[in-house]
Amino acid sequence: MAMSLIWTAMVVLSLLCAAATGRLDALAASALDGAAAAVELCLATAGALCLWSGVLEVMRRAGLTGGLARLLRPVLGLLFPAFRRCSAVMEPLAANVSANLLGLGNAATPMGIRAARAMHRGGDAASDELCMLVVCNSASIQLIPATVAGVRAAAGAKAPFDILPAVWLASAVSVTAGIIAAKLFSRLGRRRR
Amino acid sequence: MNFLASLLVPLLLAGVALFALHRRVDVYDALTAGAMDGLRVTVRILPALVGLLSAVWMLRASGALELAAAALEPLLLHVGLPPETVALMLVRPVSGSGALAIGAELIDRYGPDSLVGRTAAVMLGSSETTFYTIAVYFGGLGIVRTRHAVPAALCADLAGFLASAWAVRLLFGS
Repeated sequence: MAMSLIWTAMVVLSLLCAAATGRLDALAASALDGAAAAVELCLATAGALCLWSGVLEVMRRAGLTGGLARLLRPVLGLLFPAFRRCSAVMEPLAANVSANLLGLGNAATPMGIRAARAMHRGGDAASDELCMLVVCNSASIQLIPATVAGVRAAAGAKAPFDILPAVWLASAVSVTAGIIAAKLFSRLGRRRR
Repeated sequence: MNFLASLLVPLLLAGVALFALHRRVDVYDALTAGAMDGLRVTVRILPALVGLLSAVWMLRASGALELAAAALEPLLLHVGLPPETVALMLVRPVSGSGALAIGAELIDRYGPDSLVGRTAAVMLGSSETTFYTIAVYFGGLGIVRTRHAVPAALCADLAGFLASAWAVRLLFGS
């Protein structure tokens, strides 16, 4: 339901604000532009998504994801205790985390989706584990923010990568806050029911 | 560092292929089978993305973000966030390219080694496009009851933004 509420709120809010600021003409066009942009984004990322899905399958058949999963089990097992022994979840999950750390967002997405599919037990509701996976993926954990360093370099920064410690600190705080919030909210939600 | 980053992908592709060949895996068959799976994922996330981006584009065109930024400015000063970054923080969870454009503009205008420029860069580097991630993951699985995923993810974003401002101030002085 959350997305339905958010979507409706965004549209209604846009309508009210556009009426207040006199931008109603632009608003009509923007809704269609946004829909077109979604298709363009999908087309633009489809190649990378397919390629990385392919690489993931190669890694899986070669036993590489199994190795990654064993390596990351101490950490991932803590976050996802229910799937600690489930290789169908742990293997793509380990690959997802590794790709995120390397800053390969395009690669992380198909791997995370594979893990999510293996976690999902059907129905239209997200489980605690799925929420945790999505929260971890929406909080960035990359070690080398190459894109933003590129922007800084283009603007003439003396040392484009001197922000790295600050980025790591902020990412760590963000991921920790997300994990704590996910655990807390899931408990609160259950008590209400 | 840039050199390392550009070497990463080709090295990874070559390394995985060589290792898999060594393990007697039919590399090309696995690659195309996985790619087919990626295509199915793309098709499944497209509808969710159309829904999300149409609303995001409307929000951007309506001027709602400028209004919210003006309203939030005094509050931000209170918690130590540079008020110049308010538009960036509002756009970041909904639009990756939009946030990058705003961030690049801030870095250009205030200078990459200024407090505002650095804070904007750290905010961009330490966060993700939250709603895109949620739409992609849940949209692909047909999940409509997202439960606590949205509030928890937004908590993570807010904590990350606050920590960005504090970390820049701590490490680079004001």
